[in-house]
Amino acid sequence: MASSEKTPVDLSAAMITEPAALADWLVIAPLVLCMVLGSLLLMVRKDTRLQPFIAIPGLAVLVLLDVGLLVHVIVNGPVTMTMGRWLPPFGISFTVDILGALLCLTAGIAAFAGGLYGAGDVNDSGRRYGFYPFLFLMMAGVSGAFLTGDIFNLYVWFEVLLISSFGLLILGSERGQIDGATKYAFLNLVATTLFLIATGYLYGIFGTLNMADIAQKAPAMTDKAPLVTLVSLYLLAFGMKAAAFPANFWLPASYHTPRVVVSALFAGLLTKVGVYALMRVTLMLFPAERDVLGFVIAIIAAATMIIGAMGALAQTDFRRLLGYLVISGIGIMFAGIALASPSGVAGTIFYAVHSMIVMTALYLASGLAARAAGGFSIASSSGVYSSHVFLAAITLMLFFAVSGLPPFSGFWPKVILVKASLDVGAWWLAGAILLSGFLTTIAVGRVWILSYWRPAMTGGPAQDEAVTLNPLVDYLPLVLLTALVVIVGIFPQQILELSQTGSDQVLNPVDYIRSVFPQGGEQ
Amino acid sequence: MTLLVGVFFAVAIYLFLSKHIIRILLGAAILGNAVNLLIFTSGRLTREVPPILSPDDPVSNVVITANPLPQALILTAIVISFSFFAFLLVLGFRAYQELETDDTEEMRFAEPEDQEMPPLGY
Amino acid sequence: MRTLIFRTVAPYLSSLMVLFSVFVLLRGHNEPGGGFIGGLIAASAFAIYGIACGVSPVRRALFFHPMAIAGSGLMMASIAGLVSILAGVPFMTGLWVYIPIFGEELALSTVLLFDVGVYFVVVGAITSIALALEERATD
Repeated sequence: MASSEKTPVDLSAAMITEPAALADWLVIAPLVLCMVLGSLLLMVRKDTRLQPFIAIPGLAVLVLLDVGLLVHVIVNGPVTMTMGRWLPPFGISFTVDILGALLCLTAGIAAFAGGLYGAGDVNDSGRRYGFYPFLFLMMAGVSGAFLTGDIFNLYVWFEVLLISSFGLLILGSERGQIDGATKYAFLNLVATTLFLIATGYLYGIFGTLNMADIAQKAPAMTDKAPLVTLVSLYLLAFGMKAAAFPANFWLPASYHTPRVVVSALFAGLLTKVGVYALMRVTLMLFPAERDVLGFVIAIIAAATMIIGAMGALAQTDFRRLLGYLVISGIGIMFAGIALASPSGVAGTIFYAVHSMIVMTALYLASGLAARAAGGFSIASSSGVYSSHVFLAAITLMLFFAVSGLPPFSGFWPKVILVKASLDVGAWWLAGAILLSGFLTTIAVGRVWILSYWRPAMTGGPAQDEAVTLNPLVDYLPLVLLTALVVIVGIFPQQILELSQTGSDQVLNPVDYIRSVFPQGGEQ
Repeated sequence: MTLLVGVFFAVAIYLFLSKHIIRILLGAAILGNAVNLLIFTSGRLTREVPPILSPDDPVSNVVITANPLPQALILTAIVISFSFFAFLLVLGFRAYQELETDDTEEMRFAEPEDQEMPPLGY
Repeated sequence: MRTLIFRTVAPYLSSLMVLFSVFVLLRGHNEPGGGFIGGLIAASAFAIYGIACGVSPVRRALFFHPMAIAGSGLMMASIAGLVSILAGVPFMTGLWVYIPIFGEELALSTVLLFDVGVYFVVVGAITSIALALEERATD
């Protein structure tokens, strides 16, 4: 930096000169909050009693900041803040539109519920291992991925959330956990490396990494450069991250091994980051190339849905079953990306929000049910309904929501997606969505009948002493999430409008680009 | 340069397909380097001066300089792949200790082979 | 590994390396060097000390847990970015303060604070990994 006093250089051509408004700080506030709190918690790692008291208010503040950010974006359109005053595309910019802000808020809510649940579920050794610091660092990665406007920066946030997710995954160092973590780690390493390769090629072609800049230049490059190859590389990388069909095997191999709350957060957050990144790249940056690959994505979507639902049917372990349901949900989100019509993308956004909340809640519920019934296996656990009516009722609602029955939140996005696919004549995609919903209903129905409804088996592993659940830390997060599911299901209008505006912004990123380049974008 | 990248990728993929954790680890290390070289080449190779402007006269004597951005990217990628590698090393070592195998085909603790059938009736 | 020569030399060697790492860290201001490479040097110093004398003396010599050091470094780096909120400029903008000490101008900046943060993060993280590996290998 040659900007010392002695040589006054006119930097206004390279730097932003006007001061940043305080409201713009909201763009990075969730990120910075997570980093600061994560490091603070890392320092007080030994003090296991203190940690929840720092972490839970911190997560609440995070949710509030995310709400503020969402409102700010709704009112003012996409917001950009560029690091270090270097003008984009040279400086790394953080750009938020409704899609990013909405998902960030949902992630914040899921993390808040997870943190609250973790206060009761994660014991002292888990806390000393660093449950809360890793949680915050992972949230920093997730928020960063949702908020950044630079594709290499997106890669960096992917790595941040990956490395902290490894930390969470091996929290207890049991054999199964290490085994699952090994597979998870190596396969994700391959996925991020593919992402990095694609980014390297992207830089070679465009000479820029700023997403708004790429979105501007991409239409002119369609015939000059192998962009379809590039987009397929991205598709593979993000598909692996999101656990889409040909690369889905790592998810059920590892998601059931860690602690329940960790699985809940992973299921709620990590795969959705992959879907989000795919939406950004395919829908916003390279819409022309996506049209070429649209049919491939549609097949992936249908296969992922069906495989997920069938896998769920074949499982005896409640948590592994949920892992397959996550995959099935990913397939449904891919369907919207394959359609790429405004309503289809809106359905994807809506479904992503729904899936984040429901999957987190379901994993938390599975943890409670396992504590009540004495195990995750649906063959040997039973009698939750007779001992814990309230828990059983909540779980039933979540089951309805995940299979997409009205009046819960899973219903509306599925309706939108089915309608959108029928609009373009893709009847088989609509059929796959409905079929996967049907199979999911059977799978979760069986869990309900066997583990919940069936009277407690005598001589089985069901414990003799009644398991008491703490109403504050055990039930509150679950009730919170379920209440969201019900509210969104009954009053979908707000989220629906948001998703529609969000999808308009993604499909037609004029505002996004203008937010990064205020002068109209001509360099 | 391109050939070198290709060889690196080939070696890495060959090692990745092996069933021993330690070989996969080595593959991961080589893969990281392959990607770094790839980014470096994609930033155009030049034999030019470093991209530093002289403080006295920053504008007039601008010549063709090396592209600094790929170097920044590679630096980041090196740091990340290094930390990744360190973590995987610890993980693989722990896996070897706890599971007493470094053969991925014997790692079936998370997914036991003889799974019971799901209950078919009520 | 634990020969007499190695054990005698290791403390001096590692203290020299830590000193050198601080030098590299501060030199990185205007010349090649910086927080990351300095941190690596310091971490390898601790690793050598650990190989020679065992893990527990290193932990005692460090006093803080390595992860706590990494946490404090991350904190410093984030704060370095946050200072710019007071100046009304975007996140991570480099700000400079010139403090005259003994007739010389000492240039302090948020960039330096960030670099020191990076140094601590690297020292903490790498040392904890290295120590974990050494601990397992010896027992």
